Amino acid sequence: MSSSVSSLVLNFLRFLRHNKTFSLGLAMFMAFIILGFVYSSLAPFDPRRWNVVPRNQPPSLRYPLGTTILGQDVFWLLTWSLKNSMIIGMIGSGVGLLIGMVLGLVAGYKGGLVDRVIITLSDTFLVIPNIMIIILLASLIREQLSVPLLGLIIAFLTWSMPVRNVRSMVLSLREREFTYIAIFSGMRTIEVLFKEYMPHIFPWVSSAFINRMIGAMGTEITLAIFGLTTMDEATLGTMLYWALRYQALITGALWWILTPIVASSLLFISLYLVSMGLSEYLNPRARISRIAMG
Amino acid sequence: MRGTLQYIISRICVCFIVIFTGITLCFILPRLSPISPVETVLDRFLAYLDYQDPEEIEYLRDTLMELYGLKGSLLDQYIMLWKRVFTGDFGPSLTLFPTPVNKLIYNALPWTAGLLVFSTLISWFIANIIGGIAGYFSDRAWARALSAVAVTVRPIPYYIMSLFLIVLFSYLIPIFPMGGGMSIGLKPSLSLTFILDVLYHATLPALSLIIVNYGASFIIMRALVINVKTEDYVKFAEAMGLPKGRIINKYVIRNCLLPRVTGLSMSLARIFTGAIAMEVIFSYPGLGMLLQNAILDGDYNLIMGICVYSIISVAVAALLLDLLYPLVDPRIRYR
Repeated sequence: MSSSVSSLVLNFLRFLRHNKTFSLGLAMFMAFIILGFVYSSLAPFDPRRWNVVPRNQPPSLRYPLGTTILGQDVFWLLTWSLKNSMIIGMIGSGVGLLIGMVLGLVAGYKGGLVDRVIITLSDTFLVIPNIMIIILLASLIREQLSVPLLGLIIAFLTWSMPVRNVRSMVLSLREREFTYIAIFSGMRTIEVLFKEYMPHIFPWVSSAFINRMIGAMGTEITLAIFGLTTMDEATLGTMLYWALRYQALITGALWWILTPIVASSLLFISLYLVSMGLSEYLNPRARISRIAMG
Repeated sequence: MRGTLQYIISRICVCFIVIFTGITLCFILPRLSPISPVETVLDRFLAYLDYQDPEEIEYLRDTLMELYGLKGSLLDQYIMLWKRVFTGDFGPSLTLFPTPVNKLIYNALPWTAGLLVFSTLISWFIANIIGGIAGYFSDRAWARALSAVAVTVRPIPYYIMSLFLIVLFSYLIPIFPMGGGMSIGLKPSLSLTFILDVLYHATLPALSLIIVNYGASFIIMRALVINVKTEDYVKFAEAMGLPKGRIINKYVIRNCLLPRVTGLSMSLARIFTGAIAMEVIFSYPGLGMLLQNAILDGDYNLIMGICVYSIISVAVAALLLDLLYPLVDPRIRYR
């Protein structure tokens, strides 16, 4: 067991060395994780509060990213925003993926009417412009919005994407011999799906999870531009919202408005590189060519 | 022939299911929320009044309920919504009373549609040509550099890109306006000044859409070309000593265009929803701005109208796409 794990680690390290863009993306993403989940807890005060630090200071040693016109420290605000945005991204991506995956597994395995119903439903949701529905919903409950709730709303309107992918994977797995062996040895459907099929689907899922995180965090920023997010919580979207609201561009507080812009761009780029690298790493055809190359 | 008819009918049915589900969602979701839009508006209204006559408030509430389509039982309300959808009449806007919602959407649509169609087409052409060439010469240094650029811009949302462009071209190098659809005080007309002014204001919004769409299209086109260029007929063309330009244009890019047509129509299908957040950033007078104002003022009729129209337009566009695709691709037959 330990030898297989160490060979897996070695293999991964070799891939890291081989694929520079993937390593770059991973390093950037790790930096964001550390900023968001480690540094955010080191903040000397609640960065959401106003008038804690002098207003509208350009970046300096004391305030590395400057301060806002509301008297907030941009750096500490950024760490909190990264954390909350990533939580929204993970919930929005993960929960939606889970729903879509379960439906796709069931549709592919059961077939027949169940399959027909699930596919029609997911195709319908795929076509409906869900950003409009999210906006409609958020505009009605904006007073009650919170970070996890935002993630859940995004999840419940974007679950349809993975259904067809997972279904087609299951359709091909269903015809393989190990499925029959599993069924004849008395495994229940649930067990076959989760014990036998999950490992085959997992590579795709992990890449999709990261890709969907970009979408979910982007949706949060879209909502924020419309003023439809948790206004007193720190997220990348609300940071941008307040900077736009207080005309940071016209007053020349570039450090304030550029921080969420640059941070979200770099975060999205790093996630994209990671998901691209992951799908390449886990793609068996690419793996063979890598082995051939040494 | 019967198969064709069956296919068309089943596709039309799916289109109706999409519209039905979408509009039903728009109906159910707001009613699940604990906040009544009527009470919100009423509260705002009453804040301005010193003297409040209970009877008048009741009357006001009644009128508002009717305007919002919230009168009667849930079934009545649902039927009422469909009546509105079928007659295409979403009632008056509540903030710009009594301008009909339809008229507001009709006024905003050309701005959004013009911007989206224009920039989608441009980025599609540029990305397919450059992506095709970069795919053919995929191992050259410049081709790698081009795809690094595309990979970098691809995950950036267009509204973030638009903020970059504003900082760059309206703040640091002020050559383009920060927002608006046209200069203040200009009357819409078919004169050259007006057209140039509109184009001038549309440059940055269009550019941000073009850059981001370019990234996505480039990556797909490059991958397609890399697959096609190993085909035998390309090898033969090379062996025949045909000029490279001819091979790339006639043998490679042309054969990759079919799937790209789908991509083009998919992005054109999004003209209603494609750029709403960016329009808010640029204060561009399209649907996004309209939606923004509707949200700020709690103009429920208007939000509903925009949602319903966007659902119908996307569903119909997807239907047209499916029906027209066999015309473009002779290999596909209706099943």
